[in-house]
Amino acid sequence: MPSQAEARAITASARNGWLLSTPALVILSLAAVGPLLIVVIYSFLTPGQHGNVVWEFSTDGWTGILWSKDIFTDEWMLADAHLTIFWRSVSLSLMTTLFAFVVGFPTAWFIATRPPKERALWLFLITIPFWTNLLIRTYAINEVLRKEGLMNTVLMGLGLTDAPIDVLYTQTAIFIGMTYVYLPLMVLPLFAAIDRFDMKLLEAAYDLYASRWQVLRRIILPIVKPGIIAGSILVFVPSLGAYVTPRVLGGGKQMMIGNFIELQFLQGKNWPLGAALSMLLLLIVMAALLVYVRYANRGSSHG
Amino acid sequence: MAKSGADRGFQVARVPGFAITAIVVFVALYLPIFTLVAYSFNASTSLAVWGGFSLDWYARAWDNDQVKDATLRSLIIASFAAVISTTVATMAALGTTRRRDFKGQTFIYVMINQPLMVPEIVTAVALMIVFGLVKVWLTSIGMGGLTTGLGYLILAHAAFCIPFAYLPIRARLEGMDLTLETAAADLYATPWQTFRRVTLPLLAPGIIAGAMLAFVISLDDVVITEFVKSGGQDTLPTYMLGQMRRQLTPEINAVSTMLLGLTVVLLTAFFLLTRKKT
Repeated sequence: MPSQAEARAITASARNGWLLSTPALVILSLAAVGPLLIVVIYSFLTPGQHGNVVWEFSTDGWTGILWSKDIFTDEWMLADAHLTIFWRSVSLSLMTTLFAFVVGFPTAWFIATRPPKERALWLFLITIPFWTNLLIRTYAINEVLRKEGLMNTVLMGLGLTDAPIDVLYTQTAIFIGMTYVYLPLMVLPLFAAIDRFDMKLLEAAYDLYASRWQVLRRIILPIVKPGIIAGSILVFVPSLGAYVTPRVLGGGKQMMIGNFIELQFLQGKNWPLGAALSMLLLLIVMAALLVYVRYANRGSSHG
Repeated sequence: MAKSGADRGFQVARVPGFAITAIVVFVALYLPIFTLVAYSFNASTSLAVWGGFSLDWYARAWDNDQVKDATLRSLIIASFAAVISTTVATMAALGTTRRRDFKGQTFIYVMINQPLMVPEIVTAVALMIVFGLVKVWLTSIGMGGLTTGLGYLILAHAAFCIPFAYLPIRARLEGMDLTLETAAADLYATPWQTFRRVTLPLLAPGIIAGAMLAFVISLDDVVITEFVKSGGQDTLPTYMLGQMRRQLTPEINAVSTMLLGLTVVLLTAFFLLTRKKT
């Protein structure tokens, strides 16, 4: 039983905690959380003639994610164009995550095995691009990939290709761009995991005649697994919701879900569909984050 | 630590190919940015052919009223958003750190970190819908004058800046020594005096770091601004996004370079402020 004084202290602590947090909570309710609830409502309304909505209940917004109404017969048909966009979003995001891991792991390993004094500098070098403007970094990639850009100049200079490769405004360009802009999000959690790794385990393994491949697969990867999961989710989530990168590097032809949502609000004039797509994206992201939280908790409870 | 490995002639932590990959990654990370900066000094109109060094594109950007307006607007929004978000984040950090756990604490954490989890495009369309509704309502009650102005953008930016301001302040609070505050209280300082004279000065580096991070985040935003702004309310990033649809000239590179420069200066200051004393 807590004493009366202690109970009072707990109440006071809670009261002050809530009071001090209220201004932040008000702003977040008005301009972050609250608006999401309105999007849920909008996803169940009827589209207006010129955008916006008519306040009549309808589930067509959600149905419209996978099916579209034939303009002549009014029958619902599987919407191939939508499926293409979803598949592109998911496959590009998975490829981005995978490739970011393949190059990010050696990078994180490299940083973690530097002498402590150097380490801060390498980390700083990884962090700087992460905090600089995403649009500018995407635009920098756009310039590099152009027909007359750095990539083609180098490739042709080396004699690897005769004619410039026209990669800009393709899915490859989006893939390269997303890997470029989200790579730091993979390296940082990987570094955190590897940094905690006890290198004595490696010595033990080598002393027991393990091969390099066995050491990597049996010892390093299982131990840094939480970092791998964290990094993968941190890259996959923003990739799936990407808007700027596909727009600047995909040139409007290679849409991803983010651009498809924009289209519904600005040109497609189907706000309920746009609202339903937004909620779908949010649900996928939340599911990914739940997986992350579960893994993170399991990792910590087992030491 | 790696002694026995070294005895056997190799370092255990060295994996063949890893160092090379890492170096390639670092080069690939910086090369595009350096190229972008280099071409901002290009004398020719091309983004590919080097025509000699020149500051023409900076002069041209400087004379461009749209760039000037957008820059000013970006700075105004970022300043307001940083001050508002840092103020409320400091209060929230004081309310949720260094005290007994209380019911609803997790809820407060989730709310504060929410902008980090929700895809920007989702928040962007949500705000577009809500602000649209608010504007219709304001017009209907005869307050149409309130439908324009930067208030909407400032509110939106302040909201998504809160977690970025909150994290460094909270980290600073958690690392702070309680004894000074206890000493102050023992010497009959009122709670307010203790806060004003002891806690706040100790917390100041965290607050400044949080404000700088919020400022940078606001300055960089393009998606939410693109959906929330009314006509003629371009910020620097949305202006640049609009220009990217048209014929590109190194003027964009000059504008980008200036924005990058500002960000790097603020970030370097941030790192120096939050660096742990060793």
